[in-house]
Amino acid sequence: MESENRVIKDRKGKAGRVIFSAVIYFFLTVWALFVLFPFYWMILSSVKSYSAYNGEYIPTFFTLSPTLENYREAFTAVPLAGYFLNTLIFTLATTALMLLVTVFAAYAFARLSFPGKDLLFSFFLSLMMIPTELVIITNFQTITYWGMRNTFWGLILPSVTSVFYIYLLKENFEQVPDELYKAAKVDGTSDLKYLFKVMIPVCRPTIVTVTILKIIECWNSYVWPRLITDDKAYFLVSNGIQEIRENGFGRENVPAMMAAVVVISVPLIILFLVFRKKIMEGVSRGGTKG
Amino acid sequence: MKNSLKAWLYLLPALLFLGVFLIYPLVDVLIYSFEEGYNSTSGTYFGVGFYNYSYVLHDPFFLKALRNTVLLVLITVPLSTGLALLISLGLSSIKALRKFFQTVYFLPYVTNTLAVGLVFMILFKKTPYSDGLMNLLLRLFGMGPVDFIDGPYWAKMFVLCFYTVWVVMPFKILILTSALASVKDDYYKAARIDATPRFRVFTRITLPMISPMLFYLIITGFIGAFKAYSDAVALFGVNLNAAEMNTIVGYVYDMLYGDSGGYPSYAAAAALILFVIVLTVTTINLTVSRKHVFYD
Repeated sequence: MESENRVIKDRKGKAGRVIFSAVIYFFLTVWALFVLFPFYWMILSSVKSYSAYNGEYIPTFFTLSPTLENYREAFTAVPLAGYFLNTLIFTLATTALMLLVTVFAAYAFARLSFPGKDLLFSFFLSLMMIPTELVIITNFQTITYWGMRNTFWGLILPSVTSVFYIYLLKENFEQVPDELYKAAKVDGTSDLKYLFKVMIPVCRPTIVTVTILKIIECWNSYVWPRLITDDKAYFLVSNGIQEIRENGFGRENVPAMMAAVVVISVPLIILFLVFRKKIMEGVSRGGTKG
Repeated sequence: MKNSLKAWLYLLPALLFLGVFLIYPLVDVLIYSFEEGYNSTSGTYFGVGFYNYSYVLHDPFFLKALRNTVLLVLITVPLSTGLALLISLGLSSIKALRKFFQTVYFLPYVTNTLAVGLVFMILFKKTPYSDGLMNLLLRLFGMGPVDFIDGPYWAKMFVLCFYTVWVVMPFKILILTSALASVKDDYYKAARIDATPRFRVFTRITLPMISPMLFYLIITGFIGAFKAYSDAVALFGVNLNAAEMNTIVGYVYDMLYGDSGGYPSYAAAAALILFVIVLTVTTINLTVSRKHVFYD
């Protein structure tokens, strides 16, 4: 009798579990659709023709006659290719400079000794708390004073520093065993050579993570470029898209706008899909957004 | 001595960049905020005092921006944190498709806020050609078309909150899922042997174990939401004052540059007020968390 009860209870528990996980899958799917829908909508709208889009009082959820016309329009009616190239130059230059500065500073903190090192490092850490909004005012004045508005240098220079990445790399550099360093010293290897031949290759995973996070940050930056450029020739994609929104394609051309949005979004989505694990690890270790 | 020199040489680029673009500006912004009647073009001012702060605090545009920002913070931080917790709990209780869901959920993090904001604008906007998708959805529930982009204040605030939540969710889900994954299985096993009800397991084991990360998210969430700006620009355009949707950070930039710009002193005062607000809120958060967070 008792064992029979237990069987019934188990069966009930099993059914309960199935229902429970069905409910969970249902809600997870709903959220996934919620996240993906804007992406679907922008791709869909970007392949609808101008007349088809504006002729739909009730927007359709698919199209039977996709067109690439809007993509041509996006590249010809507005200087989208130029915005793209600017962003590429800005992103690559800023990231490269950041890496150089960061690697050297992290190496000094991790491997070299000098008086006041710990004090200076804590000072560096405290700098992480300074919000950009506070320093951007003076940086704007500085760059204007240097006559660097509407130049790449003006865009790049204030975007280089990242205290957090120095911290991240320093922690990683310190994990490389001291013995390697001592052995290299005995062999008469210079610090510079040791840094490039041993440290950087060993710590490559962290360096790659830092690089990707910085690339994402640069690609999406909007506020600083907006302040420092008003010449379209130096617009980055974020400013470009805003310009397209305000002054557009001469008319309310939503499909062409969406084509531009797709073009701007695709590079980062590809980067994300390729480096998915690295990006998510990197962000959970110290990204901040939101 | 030679070594010490070398170290400083390695540090030199970082020190230069930080000095010029982070430390000097920090001092400078304080000075700006106390210089009264500062003129950008001539670089002169005619007094030192609290006038800039008083001006900003009495400026209706600032008060409006402050109201918008506080509302945005109060709505989006609890909502997004709670939702992220639910989704992460769901994620950690499944095995199949988990990686897939995690990847999809993270997607908004790597997208351009300005670009995707445009898609949200299209979805919510009411035009002469069409009421927009959102209004069609509303009609199913018998609610009338509302222009969410150029319409009433509550509708605009709704879209802004909606988009903000969409944007901040990936980070929160990521952090909470990894926090949940790091809870030791032994605790759950013990609870299973005792046949502890699911809800009790959640309140007595899961919640205390992830509370440090949860508070970390609440704190960074408050800081992030107080600095809202790009999301609003993406939805309502550059002229946020006209749209009644300005934020504190937006006010700072408006004072600095653009049609209403050229007042770095007001911008500095507003930025410092924001900094003090954020610092106060963070301190309160930390005090509360010290009482309630379970540290291992």
